[in-house]
Amino acid sequence: MTTPVSSMVLVVTGSFIGSFGAVLLKAGAGRLERTVRSVVTNWRLGLGVGLYGLSSVFFVLANTKGELTILYPLVSLGYLWTLLWAKLFFNEPLTRFKFLGLGMILVGVFCLNLSNG
Amino acid sequence: MSTATLPATGAAEADARRRRSLFLVFLCTLIGAVSQILIKTGATNLAHHVKHPGLMSAAIGMFADPWLFSGYALYGVSAVLLVLALRDGELSMLYPVIALTYVWVSVLSFLIFHESLGGYRMAGIGLIVVGVAVLGRRTSQ
Repeated sequence: MTTPVSSMVLVVTGSFIGSFGAVLLKAGAGRLERTVRSVVTNWRLGLGVGLYGLSSVFFVLANTKGELTILYPLVSLGYLWTLLWAKLFFNEPLTRFKFLGLGMILVGVFCLNLSNG
Repeated sequence: MSTATLPATGAAEADARRRRSLFLVFLCTLIGAVSQILIKTGATNLAHHVKHPGLMSAAIGMFADPWLFSGYALYGVSAVLLVLALRDGELSMLYPVIALTYVWVSVLSFLIFHESLGGYRMAGIGLIVVGVAVLGRRTSQ
């Protein structure tokens, strides 16, 4: 079975959308208070959850055609986008420990997927 | 904040906050893994009962099937924990830690369903655990 480019585009798009979901969850979380109102009126949290849901739709669509061993590493791109947005939007320091830890996690996830194949 | 006048207190406070948000995300991955296993069990049951499970039967099953219902409820709990963790913690540190969910799913599948833990799976679990430990280090140095 070959993996069509359309499936790869779907996965990369999904990972991109999902990373913005993470950014909005973080932005919304920072504005939370101990009132029901602050949760219900928090559009950032709502949009964050929505973007997560949307990204999973893209992944499911992509998974109907193509090999998981090709598509799964592309899902991991989401981690890289998120690191980038954390620096850009929240001015978080990107230390070498973060890159080292993330690299190990990505290889680890890849190994787990190999064992499923 | 008092960071300028009392640097030691500020650093200790930041340390405690970092540890708390790491613990919350840790809990989030554990509960998330349990919810995935419950949902998988419920979905397998559903496939046995219904000949052609579609969107409709899946939606009904979410409330009628105790496995699916508790699975989705726990999924919601894990999402709330993630948001609470993100409130105080750094996104760039906490987000990759969510990969621990895969580790718990593998371990729980081994314990409950006696799925095998092969070489690749053991290596993957080890790498993710060490990666999370490296990520969780103090970022100030």
